[in-house]
Formats: sequence, C-alpha cells, structure tokens
Amino acid sequence: MKARVFVTLKNGVLDPQGKAIGNALHGLGFGTVGEVRQGKIIDIELGEKDETRAKATLKDMCEKLLANTVIEKYEIELRK
Amino acid sequence: MKSAVVVFPASNCDRDAAVALEQVAGEKPKMVWHGDSELPPVDLIVLPGGFSYGDYLRCGAMAAQSHIMRDVKKKAEQGVAVLGICNGFQVLTETGLLPGALMRNANLKFACRPVGIVVEETQSKFSRRYNKGEVVHFPVAHGDGNYFADDDTLDCLEGENRVVFRYAEGDNPNGSARNIAGILNEKRNVLGLMPHPERVCDPLLGGTDGTRLFKSLVEALS
Repeated sequence: MKARVFVTLKNGVLDPQGKAIGNALHGLGFGTVGEVRQGKIIDIELGEKDETRAKATLKDMCEKLLANTVIEKYEIELRK
Repeated sequence: MKSAVVVFPASNCDRDAAVALEQVAGEKPKMVWHGDSELPPVDLIVLPGGFSYGDYLRCGAMAAQSHIMRDVKKKAEQGVAVLGICNGFQVLTETGLLPGALMRNANLKFACRPVGIVVEETQSKFSRRYNKGEVVHFPVAHGDGNYFADDDTLDCLEGENRVVFRYAEGDNPNGSARNIAGILNEKRNVLGLMPHPERVCDPLLGGTDGTRLFKSLVEALS
C-alpha cells in the first residue's frame, strides 16, 4: 500500500515561507493571490494490506516523527 | 565537574564546547557518539550546535530519535544537568525535554552576528554567576531560532521564571516569541538556548561573556 502524508503548519502559526511565496506571486502579476501557506508531502510505501491498520501505523509515525505537533498538523491519504 | 559532549553527524560546535568546558572545568569532557547507547557517569551533558543529520525533516528531529538521546532523556529525568546550545536546543524541544518549538527565522534569513542578551534569571545552575538584568553579548548563528509556544506555555515559562535569556529589546534576530533566547525545563536542570556562549570564552575570539555560564555550572555541579 502507498500513502501520502501532508504536513502543514497549524492555523495561526506564522508561515514566513508562505508569505514570501505569496509576495513573489504578487510580484509576478498574480494579483488575485491571497494568503499562501506551504508545507511538505511525504510519500510512504507500506507493507500492509489492511487500511485501518495502515492508517493507525501512519498516525503513530506522524505523532512520533513526521510532524512536530506543537506547530504542525498532518493529513494522511491512502493510495492504491 | 565531569561532562560529556554528544556528537551527532554534522555537529559543528562540539569542539568549541569541549574547549570551553576544559578551559573552565580543568577537565576534558568525554565526546560521545550519537550511535552509542549509554553516556558515562557525568554531571553535565552538552548537546552542541551544528546541523545534525543535515537538518533533514526539521532541525533536530532526526537527532531526537538517535540512540544516545534515549539515555540523555533518562539522565535528564534523573536530574543530570543538560545544556543544549543552538541545534542542541532544537534537539531538546524535538525530544520533548523542553516545551515549544524553534521555527524558521521570521525574516527567512540566516542570522549570524553577536546579539545583546538580557540575563533574566540567575537562580539556576546555568546562570548563577551573572547579574539579573545584565546585558551580555553572545553570537547567534542559525536559520531556525524563532521560538514558538502557545500563550499558556509562554505564560507558564515566565511565571515560573524559566526564561533565563532574552534578546535585548530591538536585537531579536529571529522573531522569537517574547524575545525568548533560552529557557529551563520545569525541574530547572535542562537549559536550551539559541546563542552560543561557548564561542565567547576567549578574549582572542571577541569576548568572554560566555565563560560565566560554564563557571556557573562548575560551581553548581562540582
């Protein structure tokens, strides 16, 4: 099974990189751009067939390593 | 005072810390590799500055999972003094030994210069040789030193006098919450700070303001 984990900053946590990207987009003439937030994607191959178990394992990975839950939130997406 | 300096791959202030410790304590610290599973019996453990594991994932995140950190955590919980400088501070927050997190500098620039630091708290093993309210100068050298914690945590840190060092007003290099530069854990045996006291322990290198931090430790732990 394959999984994709999205790690992004929690709402309300300042994202200076997102801000810089937003400013650059404005500079390029994309005048309709509002707030920009950035994050990371982690693709994981998992030797697991059961979706529930896979999700539980991935959640554990996020809590222990993939995200710093003081500042970041995460979303897990299972892919076929 | 017996001390140990943990060396991670891409630590780069481990030798500076060792030289400062030897100068002040008169005894060479043990250098302990991140892959070792146990520290020798010591009074002080130093987690040095650098870019452990290339700052992969998040600064300090990989180092926090290394073998040696299990023993550092155990010893910290037993009351052994732990000093985390710069990357060492990031490792301490990632391990959960200190609250909060160190985020990308607010202006996205790597900050590398001496900064004015106010010593806010002198009732600690790490700062007893300073005067309360005194301004000292330590260099900073980091891209991720922007201390973040929720308001309750920040209030708690201030209420319990656990903010030991603060950037002087107008000299905050990274956007850190409430100008925080260094904090203690609840039991006051773990200190993390972004500036580098070990780089100002010799007049030839531009100052000696950092020496008293190590002298404080020798006095408290010998």
